[in-house]
Amino acid sequence: MKYFPELKKSFVIALWFMLLTFPILVIRVNTIENIVVWRWINLALIGIAAFVLSFLWQLYLKHKTAAAPDAAAHQSALVRRMSDPKFYRPFLLLIGILALVFPFVASHYQINIMTTALIYVMLGLGLNIEVGLAGLLDLGYVAFYAVGAYSYALLNYHFGLGFWTLLPAGALIAAFFGLLVGFPVLRLRGDYLAIVTLAFAEILRLVLENWNAFSFGPSGISNIPRPGFFGIDLTLEQSAVYMYFLLVALCVLTVFVIHRLQHSRIGRAWVALREDELACQAMGVDKTRAKLTAFALGATWAGMAGVLFAAKTTFINPASFTFLESAMILAIVVLGGMGSIVGVIIAALAIILLPEYLRVLGDYRMILFGAALILMMIFRPRGLVTPAGKTYEFRCADPPPAPEEKGRP
Amino acid sequence: MKPLLEVKNLTMAFGGIKALDGVHLHIAPGQIAALIGPNGAGKTTLFNCLTGIYTPTSGDILLNAPGGKTRRLNGLKINAITALGVARTFQNIRLFGGMTVLENVMIGRHPRSSSGILGAIFRPPATRREERDIVDKSYALLESIGLGDSANELASNLPYGAQRRLEIARALATEPRVLLLDEPAAGMNPQETNELEGLLTRLQAAHELSILLIEHDMKLVMNLAENIFVLDYGEEIARGAPQEIRNNPAVIKAYLGEEDDAEAQ
Ligand SMILES: Nc1ncnc2c1ncn2[C@@H]1O[C@H](COP(=O)(O)OP(=O)(O)OP(=O)(O)O)[C@@H](O)[C@H]1O
Ligand SMILES: [Mg+2]
Repeated sequence: MKYFPELKKSFVIALWFMLLTFPILVIRVNTIENIVVWRWINLALIGIAAFVLSFLWQLYLKHKTAAAPDAAAHQSALVRRMSDPKFYRPFLLLIGILALVFPFVASHYQINIMTTALIYVMLGLGLNIEVGLAGLLDLGYVAFYAVGAYSYALLNYHFGLGFWTLLPAGALIAAFFGLLVGFPVLRLRGDYLAIVTLAFAEILRLVLENWNAFSFGPSGISNIPRPGFFGIDLTLEQSAVYMYFLLVALCVLTVFVIHRLQHSRIGRAWVALREDELACQAMGVDKTRAKLTAFALGATWAGMAGVLFAAKTTFINPASFTFLESAMILAIVVLGGMGSIVGVIIAALAIILLPEYLRVLGDYRMILFGAALILMMIFRPRGLVTPAGKTYEFRCADPPPAPEEKGRP
Repeated sequence: MKPLLEVKNLTMAFGGIKALDGVHLHIAPGQIAALIGPNGAGKTTLFNCLTGIYTPTSGDILLNAPGGKTRRLNGLKINAITALGVARTFQNIRLFGGMTVLENVMIGRHPRSSSGILGAIFRPPATRREERDIVDKSYALLESIGLGDSANELASNLPYGAQRRLEIARALATEPRVLLLDEPAAGMNPQETNELEGLLTRLQAAHELSILLIEHDMKLVMNLAENIFVLDYGEEIARGAPQEIRNNPAVIKAYLGEEDDAEAQ
């Protein structure tokens, strides 16, 4: 039989699992009636589950070793197809039309979910500058998000400033905080940087939670105004649609700006910094400046997203800005493929929308979600979309072709 | 003629160990010089001092600009030294593996270009021109080292010898006046080493470079270098033209028993 060795191995593994879990999962001593309850059904379930999972895993390993070179070729072919304008232009058009039509066919609830997902697209793309491009592992990204949200809420509360003033202001204030965090951590790398940024975010959250006079503590700030629309009063439904279009527009802007940054002198310096810090400096890149701009620009998008979040929910409190949120945004970047704009967008939509639509599964949805994340990391450890280098057209010695360049999405 | 790069009484101590101990060295404009010595002599450490990776414990590193101005390089930041015109390659290749071959060279144009964040976002004509120029100059450099055909490949996919040459192109992109090469022929076969010799001569002439070369391949050193400095245990034990070095008893003694495996590399 073709799979006999795998079946045999899985069988042994299943036996081991049954043996190891026997004392905890099968035997239960009922101390009230002083009897031992034997839960044989658990034993059977463990056995079957271990057997099936281990068999699948081995099949995967076998498949992977057999098809590894093929898969690489396939991937690059796909990326090449995607970077061909003939292929991606109609595709973009289709997405554009869908995005325009969506709010008129979807329910209020679905528009709201989609708006939330788009906020995460912005957050993911912003963090992508820090983590994906510049390689600065920031575990406290949510701090900048909080700065944006509180900037809007507090400046509006105290000074009555409007959404359109505070959107850029929130972004600037967050950028300033980005520099503030950036300076002390310039020398740190990898894990150390992660820990310090994490601590920074926690400090900020604790300050917001405890400094009642400043931030109204855990009870937060409510009645934050929604964005104005030329002074017209919108109904709840209308303002949800408005918010949705606002986010679509800002996401398009984000993609545009980040795409341009990525394929610029600065973007290249970030990637080089990520690849080899020392060699990058030896090529004349100012490490301090490159890192600080990455922090500040990453924070800018979080600040904007924060303002939008506050305007959308009309209520914020520190509980919205926990470490879990940072982890979520980081998961988006990692799953999407570090440095890939398309990947991050897909991952953001998937991570935010899937749990919503899996609600029917009740409590199991988070387990499924977690399992999906783990499987992703096993099967595609470099993310959904592996960013390929940009292809440049260059003038050869002979007849110079038109100076055109094309970027890969 | 006034030397382009001058090292005076340079000492670099790591705790109690002096990796460099009172080293003197000078390179004339347009000269190819070599730095040799047994393993652990302190050659790479000297490069690291010259390029700002280490700050020397004492001594001076002076760069004399053509206009007559002299800059002291000690304590400057790595990128500042590169901007002043000192570029290097690394003994253990340090390319940006996840970037394409062309992009690797394009990074080298960083200190010779200037567009910032706003330029990147709005792409005014000046930025477009600069970007065009970066691509063209980088590609021309790739052609000159014979890697034009691999421009869009990932740097990590290149064969070893090509990676070494790519490091040279990347360093040249910064428009250096002094090029420091740390064992450029290491890991190359005899034919590749031969080609490297021709390449370095050509590049030296084309870019009006001064080159300081660390190398264990004595044939390459003797053929290329006008002037050779010999280090042993952080001290300079000899200097002079290839012929003098070849017959210098101190050098022979330092290399004794080393000669064979040095040749084998
Ligand atoms: N950062 C450092 N800390 C402590 N010791 C160092 C450091 N860098 C170099 N050394 C020591 O300095 C001495 C010289 O090392 P260096 O790398 O300069 O030798 P080298 O001449 O380049 O040798 P090779 O031919 O093997 O490349 C060695 O003993 C090394 O251990
Ligand atoms: Mg060395």
